[in-house]
Amino acid sequence: MFKPMSAGFRSASPVLLFLLIGFAAPLLAVIWFSFMPPRSFSFGGAPTFENYRTIFESTTYISFLWSLGLAVTTVVLLALICYPVAYGMVRVFGKWAMLVTLLFTIPLFVSENIRLYGWVLFLIKNGVLLGTLKSWFGFELESMLFSVPAIILGMVYVYLPFMLFPMTLGISMVPNETRDAAFDLGASRWQVFKEVELPLSMPGIVIGFLLTFVLAIGAIAEAKVLGGQAVIPITQDIEIAFTYSQNWPLGAAIAVLLMLIVGVLVVLALRRFDLDSFLGRR
Amino acid sequence: MQGAEPILSLKAVRKMFGPQAAVDSIDLDIAEGEFFTIVGPSGSGKTTMLRMLAGMDTPTSGDILLNGKRINDVPANKRPTCMVFQSLALFPHRTVGQNIEFPLKIRGEDPERRKARALQLMDLLRLPQSYYAKNVLKCSGGERQRVALARALAYDPQILFFDEPLSAIDYKLRKTLEKELKDIHRETKKTFVYITHSLEEAMVMSDRIGVMRAGKLVQVGTPQEIYSTPNTRFVSEFVGDVNVIPVTLGSDGLLHSPTGATYKPPRIPPGFRDGHLVIRPEYLKFLASPGEADNAISGSLYNEYALGSRIQYQVRVGETVFVVEKLRQQPFTGQLDDTVTIGWDAQDAILVTD
Repeated sequence: MFKPMSAGFRSASPVLLFLLIGFAAPLLAVIWFSFMPPRSFSFGGAPTFENYRTIFESTTYISFLWSLGLAVTTVVLLALICYPVAYGMVRVFGKWAMLVTLLFTIPLFVSENIRLYGWVLFLIKNGVLLGTLKSWFGFELESMLFSVPAIILGMVYVYLPFMLFPMTLGISMVPNETRDAAFDLGASRWQVFKEVELPLSMPGIVIGFLLTFVLAIGAIAEAKVLGGQAVIPITQDIEIAFTYSQNWPLGAAIAVLLMLIVGVLVVLALRRFDLDSFLGRR
Repeated sequence: MQGAEPILSLKAVRKMFGPQAAVDSIDLDIAEGEFFTIVGPSGSGKTTMLRMLAGMDTPTSGDILLNGKRINDVPANKRPTCMVFQSLALFPHRTVGQNIEFPLKIRGEDPERRKARALQLMDLLRLPQSYYAKNVLKCSGGERQRVALARALAYDPQILFFDEPLSAIDYKLRKTLEKELKDIHRETKKTFVYITHSLEEAMVMSDRIGVMRAGKLVQVGTPQEIYSTPNTRFVSEFVGDVNVIPVTLGSDGLLHSPTGATYKPPRIPPGFRDGHLVIRPEYLKFLASPGEADNAISGSLYNEYALGSRIQYQVRVGETVFVVEKLRQQPFTGQLDDTVTIGWDAQDAILVTD
């Protein structure tokens, strides 16, 4: 244990203080607020489980399921899309990898909302895609805008870099000679992938999974902008509780439940894929 | 070593990287069961050569024959050969046992037979059985070497290739592992092809040595031949310190050095006109009088160095530095800066052409 007044502790104290004020305090405030009487605005009320009961008796679980479903779908699609691209960036593209990286990074400099409205213009009836098809080829299709696929498209698009770059890092961590060695020991291309490349790039893959999952379950703009009112994700329920319905304790309770669910899933995932053992620290 | 058909045969093998020949027209036969070492400085093409032999690179021209069959285009995973890499390339996410069993798992052998074989190999390589479930990253450098070798042996290759696996290991352990490797070679009776930049290492282990320089095989021979009859100055300078004097053969049958000195020649290679006279330091003697050896030079004793079992002396003759070595039990008892006479008998020197 460290001594309270050791140089290390004193050096770390500004950061500890910052974390306390900036991270722990708001979190505790939200948790505490979730136990306050409904529609109250102070920390002083008598603690109650009323808000949680309201959630379990209402249809809020549908929003939870939508958020989880959208997040899982997004993560799975991202994994399928990003692994080949990441593999190519590390092993195939060579000097072009830099250009590909730039192409994936530059959109990040533009605000997410603007990019999403760009997709609206692209997908909307008589917009860039359908309008072009109509005027060039003369056929008209239904717009996919304001549907679940449109939301997923938006989420996959927005969170792609957060899967791609950890994966690229993971794959680049696989030493070339272990690949050569497996091949030399008789493994087929597929066996080299299954036995060596995939497990050794797992840390990057798991980090990409976690990052995109946590981001995706907290997504709100995609459902609002591209989904119209097709789907209400849990984040929107929280927003509504805090703003439109002025029921802060209820919003806090939903937020706490969401944190719990995400926390449990992340812990389960980390236990299944132990990062330390991948990195050989055990 | 001679007699039967060679297990591995190279016919005019060449590998071009752009306009540069990394490996240039190499012909070589390696006999079954032989411990053959290719030695060369970095950039001499030895790694490229090994990669071609192992199937990780294909020759630009020429043929590689294994048991008489052309294998140029057979990929590494289809060749009955296996490589121990410089980095060892162990699988860090696997235990010692899983590493060793890898080739058997790939081959689809059942887990019990795999484990039995792995434990057998661990015995052979003096790895404790308790290491079977140990994470390979927890092993020491020497233990990892053994795991890498066990894994390669589990593949049951006809030829084992080694790409300088001992280069990153400290001196004492390296010396132990060199001997162990030679013992393993004896035990397994497999063909070993080893590459290294250290001729000393090659000498300890090999049946035959091939010296490479700039993509070409300069000399092939037993360690004894490479040591005592190097065919070039390059080869002669590869082991330890040597004394090299540029000489021209005069019409008087003597060797003339640029400083005007003359020396009695050893056996003169046919057609020799000029080149270098090479004298190993242990063949140089301190003389009480110049008449005690065929050739004698005077100089001053500059310094002495203890090399374990031997002591090395530096003698300066004008601009030239000569190194003389004597056994520790029979040291030279001169003072520094003394004028000393050193000399050698004609047949103890070697004439090389370049």
